[in-house]
Amino acid sequence: MAEVNLVQAINMALAHEMARDPDVIVLGEDVGANGGVFRATVDLQRRFGLERVLDTPLAEGLIAGAAVGMAAQGLKPVAEIQFTGFIHACLDQIINHAARLRHRTRGRLTCPMVLRSTCGAGIHAPEHHSESPEAIFAHVPGVRVVIPSSPLRAYGLLLAAIRDPDPVVFLEPTRLYRLFKQEVPDDGEALPLDACFVEREGRDVTLVSWGASLREALAAAQALSAEGIAAEVIDVATLKILDMDTILESVAKTGRCVIVHEAPRCAGFGAEIAANLAEHGLLALFAPVQRVTGYDVVTPLARLEQEFMPGTARVVDAVHRAMEYR
Amino acid sequence: MQESRHEAAQRAELPATTVVARFQIGCLRYLDQAGDALQPLPQFAAGPETLTRMYQALVLARAFDAKAIALQRTGKIGTYAAALGQEAVGVGTAFAMGAEDVLFPSYRESAAMLVRGVTMEELLLYWAGDERGSNFSGPRADFPICVPVASQAPHAAGAAYAFKLRGERRVAVCVLGDGATSKGDFYEAINFAGVHALPVVFVINNNGWAISVPLRLQTAAQTLAQKAIAAGVEGLQVDGNDVIAVRDAVERAAAKARSGGGPTLIEALTYRLGDHTTADDATRYRDPEEVKAQWRFEPIARLRAYLSGRGWWDKEREEALHGQCAERIQKALDAFEAMPPPGPEAMFDHLYASLPKALQAQRARAIEEHRRRG
Ligand SMILES: Cc1ncc(C[n+]2csc(CCOP(=O)(O)OP(=O)(O)O)c2C)c(N)n1
Repeated sequence: MAEVNLVQAINMALAHEMARDPDVIVLGEDVGANGGVFRATVDLQRRFGLERVLDTPLAEGLIAGAAVGMAAQGLKPVAEIQFTGFIHACLDQIINHAARLRHRTRGRLTCPMVLRSTCGAGIHAPEHHSESPEAIFAHVPGVRVVIPSSPLRAYGLLLAAIRDPDPVVFLEPTRLYRLFKQEVPDDGEALPLDACFVEREGRDVTLVSWGASLREALAAAQALSAEGIAAEVIDVATLKILDMDTILESVAKTGRCVIVHEAPRCAGFGAEIAANLAEHGLLALFAPVQRVTGYDVVTPLARLEQEFMPGTARVVDAVHRAMEYR
Repeated sequence: MQESRHEAAQRAELPATTVVARFQIGCLRYLDQAGDALQPLPQFAAGPETLTRMYQALVLARAFDAKAIALQRTGKIGTYAAALGQEAVGVGTAFAMGAEDVLFPSYRESAAMLVRGVTMEELLLYWAGDERGSNFSGPRADFPICVPVASQAPHAAGAAYAFKLRGERRVAVCVLGDGATSKGDFYEAINFAGVHALPVVFVINNNGWAISVPLRLQTAAQTLAQKAIAAGVEGLQVDGNDVIAVRDAVERAAAKARSGGGPTLIEALTYRLGDHTTADDATRYRDPEEVKAQWRFEPIARLRAYLSGRGWWDKEREEALHGQCAERIQKALDAFEAMPPPGPEAMFDHLYASLPKALQAQRARAIEEHRRRG
């Protein structure tokens, strides 16, 4: 079995689903001959033709909007937006149209599309390439928001996203694209959406994260184990629809929760999880919920991005603060 | 209230067809590919003075781009977008602008920015991922590099509205790529500029490619200049590898704009001889033969041939110029490298006019984290 990195896993999932389902189409800027600026769509145009792998004009609003139209006709468009900063031009189409089509037409028209894009900092990219916009989409009723944290998850979750009958915003952490490889069987097995994954079990504290930040959460768990602190680590994976049950179950066991995300803190998705814990898990908590996040600043250019991103030491610190409560 | 044309048409017999207008797009060019004049040159090109300055700017821009690519390869700066083969668009445009005018550049306009007075240290800082690079020591009113394609076009239109409102004789000059003409931002901006006859010039740097997407997949229109027609705006093409033609076209458009004549859309026809950026490998999608053929049209040799033909340039001056460029670039590089990196407080210090209290704790935290990291 081949060991693949995250971007190759995306490519595998796309190829698998395009071969299985003739309605799946890939569209976006540079997805054809170039194979996408990150090579996620490499070789697809050669294999599936110009009509199913479509280089669009440079217009993100069009890409998202045309995907809505295609999806309503029974196609399964998987649209690529090259970088986070350019996805905002799609917001009108996603918020006002993709997310609402089923609801507005009482189920007469539906929108089974996937909008793939990158997210997150840490690769020294130019301006407007390193934001974490997940909370913007998670706020919108009617869509799903999925962020994989490994090649295995990327493969299984993307298959699930394409097969899902509703619109899915699928954000791929750019920092993970080539960070590590895993064995990923190309077996067409989808992973469940709307479910968290318990990545590592522990009894003292629950670390909740997603996407690239999961690396720091896992590294922190490793460091803490040397001090005798057993951290449970949860990969949220699907932010919307949030599987709060898995998180509550874990916190019922550990009594402590530290949420780690790279996006700015204010109105970030960590706030949603913390609020849910306050509503439904307060009596299980020994300590206030801690958030380790990006600062409430514009994602800085490359020279300061390491200062912005929450590193392992900050996660360990937060756990220590939580452990002070007995 | 007066009856609108639409209402009048509603009342009258409906015609089977309406001939609205017939359109032609002119294309301006002064020098042929061998550097021979095809027609009398504009006034500014009458003597060697200005033309040699423009030539120097072209050579400097190309040398700076080459250095920037080399710096990217050694990890000193990040991704960089060079303008190899397209320098005449930037240089011609910037030479046509007055100091009081405002430039709205894309990421590929180092040439224009250098002519405008942005320093090389600033450009290097920006591409090295340092926000201080956008704090131009001059020109203070120019916009920073615009990365989201075409989003600078509405800014230019808005600035032009402000000039008009205040009765200022200034012009907004917006430079975009061919791919940018597919964005709503572009259409929306030229439409608004047309409605209000705004003093703005849009210069399309048509280099044939938007990363891997060739022009024929970008539009079915015969020219990009004709997109102006639907907005009720004048549109024309210009040989983008002929710096005299670019300058002349932009200068005339700017003069028209200054005297209340409204916006112009100029499509500069050129070619991207290099990769899209240092993160790109154009051999994946582009035939090297196509690139080779295009080298015959590149702008620097063309102007050099013209200048040499008139006895205004020679080998000696050429060598001296290359030496001066290398020296200037090295000086800028030294200054750039001597600049201490920004501290973490830089993330906060220009976010709001004064830092809200709630953010002061985060700022302190960032400084503390930085200290811990060592
Ligand atoms: C809105 C937006 N979408 C996508 C990108 C990514 N991207 C950067 S440059 C580019 C191609 C731009 O082509 P063009 O407008 O022709 O300008 P050129 O780079 O050729 O000068 C793309 C797709 C971007 N910067 N902005």
